[in-house]
Amino acid sequence: MEIDPLIFRLSIFILSIFVGYYVVWSVTPSLHTPLMSVTNAISSVIIVGAIIAGLSGNSETIFNTSSIFGFLAIALAAINIFGGFLVTQRMLAMYKKKKKDK
Amino acid sequence: MISANLSAIFYLISGVLFILALRGLSSPETSRQGNLFGILGMVIAITVTFLSIGNFSTGFIFVLIFILVGGSIGAFIAYRIPMTAMPELVAGFHSLVGLAAVFVAISAFLNPAAFNLGIPGSIKLGSLIEMSIGAAVGAITFSGSVIAFLKLQGLMSGSPITFKGQHPLNAIILISIVVIIYLLCSTQSSNLFWILLAFSFLIGFLLIIPIGGADMPVVISMLNSYSGWAAAGIGFTLENTALIITGALVGSSGAILSYIMCKGMNRSFFNVILGGFGASEETAGKASKEQRPVKSGNADDAAFLMKNASSVIIVPGYGMAVAQAQHALREMVDTLKKNDIKVSYAIHPVAGRMPGHMNVLLAEANVPYDEVFELEEINNDFANADVAFVIGANDVTNPVAKTDPQSPIYGMPVLDVEKCKSVLFVKRSLSPGYAGIDNDLFYKENTLMLFADAKKMTEDITKNL
Repeated sequence: MEIDPLIFRLSIFILSIFVGYYVVWSVTPSLHTPLMSVTNAISSVIIVGAIIAGLSGNSETIFNTSSIFGFLAIALAAINIFGGFLVTQRMLAMYKKKKKDK
Repeated sequence: MISANLSAIFYLISGVLFILALRGLSSPETSRQGNLFGILGMVIAITVTFLSIGNFSTGFIFVLIFILVGGSIGAFIAYRIPMTAMPELVAGFHSLVGLAAVFVAISAFLNPAAFNLGIPGSIKLGSLIEMSIGAAVGAITFSGSVIAFLKLQGLMSGSPITFKGQHPLNAIILISIVVIIYLLCSTQSSNLFWILLAFSFLIGFLLIIPIGGADMPVVISMLNSYSGWAAAGIGFTLENTALIITGALVGSSGAILSYIMCKGMNRSFFNVILGGFGASEETAGKASKEQRPVKSGNADDAAFLMKNASSVIIVPGYGMAVAQAQHALREMVDTLKKNDIKVSYAIHPVAGRMPGHMNVLLAEANVPYDEVFELEEINNDFANADVAFVIGANDVTNPVAKTDPQSPIYGMPVLDVEKCKSVLFVKRSLSPGYAGIDNDLFYKENTLMLFADAKKMTEDITKNL
């Protein structure tokens, strides 16, 4: 009997939760704010769904009800992706070590 | 057009890159590289999606336009936002992830064929379940984050909003959501789908309004977690590995942060979620308030004390963020260091309005991160320090948490500030903190209260040093 592909996805999901658990515990507390902004940015990978939705129309009707929601989702996710990664970068650039020459 | 298998492999790679992005945050040195991994993962995921659709027609141009428009808005916000507004920004971003998840779910529900999920009216059962869960969690994330954003931004009162029958009402709505999902899956009715979304928006709103301002660290972390689960739900619908991995990562990340924040307040998760903490304790706090002698001083006294100290520990809190005093504070510390005084910073886990809030502000003010310590690392040092400089913190220094089992904050880990030879407490008035209780520290023999705006006081002290 064949295994339902859902089971494979479920396995990936469960294992990723464990990976996430251990990886996040090792994040230093001083970087918890960048952690939140970067998780925000990466969860916007939902844009792949939005792109599929946006391109679901055919060449005559690019905009139908379904694809409009897709396009809106693309814009929202894009705000998050650019905003999230850039603000994380900006924050991380501020974390400096003590100057040795002092 | 690339094959489904090949694109699945690329999605897996981008998932792995996202894991590395989080892994990088284990130390500030590796964190910048980690962020680049994250960006790379995102670029791969988006490119592969384009290639796998392989439709570079007019629609594709519109996709690029929407990405550009959204991206410019995002980039603009990212560069303009002041660091003190980080909690609001993160809450706002969470709401966008939630809404995007809802939109993708709506789109998939209206046109399932585009996602290989069947036809409208007979969507594959498994997909429909995943889709409705993704949509419901997304909607809760959206409306919850909007409320959190409004509260943090001060557009809505930060005090808890409670009313009679709140908890039974929430319970009824939550149960209805489960029932609606069940009915939706058995009837495929689109009306039920809209009702499901409406109920989910409503519950997100109702869940967050009773939670007070200082509990925001828990709320933000929790919404962070929700946005992850919403993404994972959509990931299952789209059978997309990158989304499933990311959703799981973000979901567990938010959950861990909520746990750390709850532990920092010694409150259970449910206690925070059920809300109303500040409101119920406020009256008790006011009633027990008695007139006790307080020593207060000015910038000159503070400067004198610090000049004669050999080590100073700084305890920042939310008040520092409100007063934007981090730069003034660092200038004061620079002057102290010139006088060969050892200075370190002590950060309580729930100081500020989001996890790590104080660390970011200090980093912004160019404070080296190796001078900043967590509660467990530094708590023993207070006994050997000469001066503790408390700026904008309150409840997290209250010794009552260790001594009075009757106190609402009993058992909460606190900074042992009172063990210092002298304590300087910058505060605008003697008013109690968020927990609504008096801070015993104000009345201690070795405490000197500095009644002023945090930024102004720090500047005045620097002048007097």
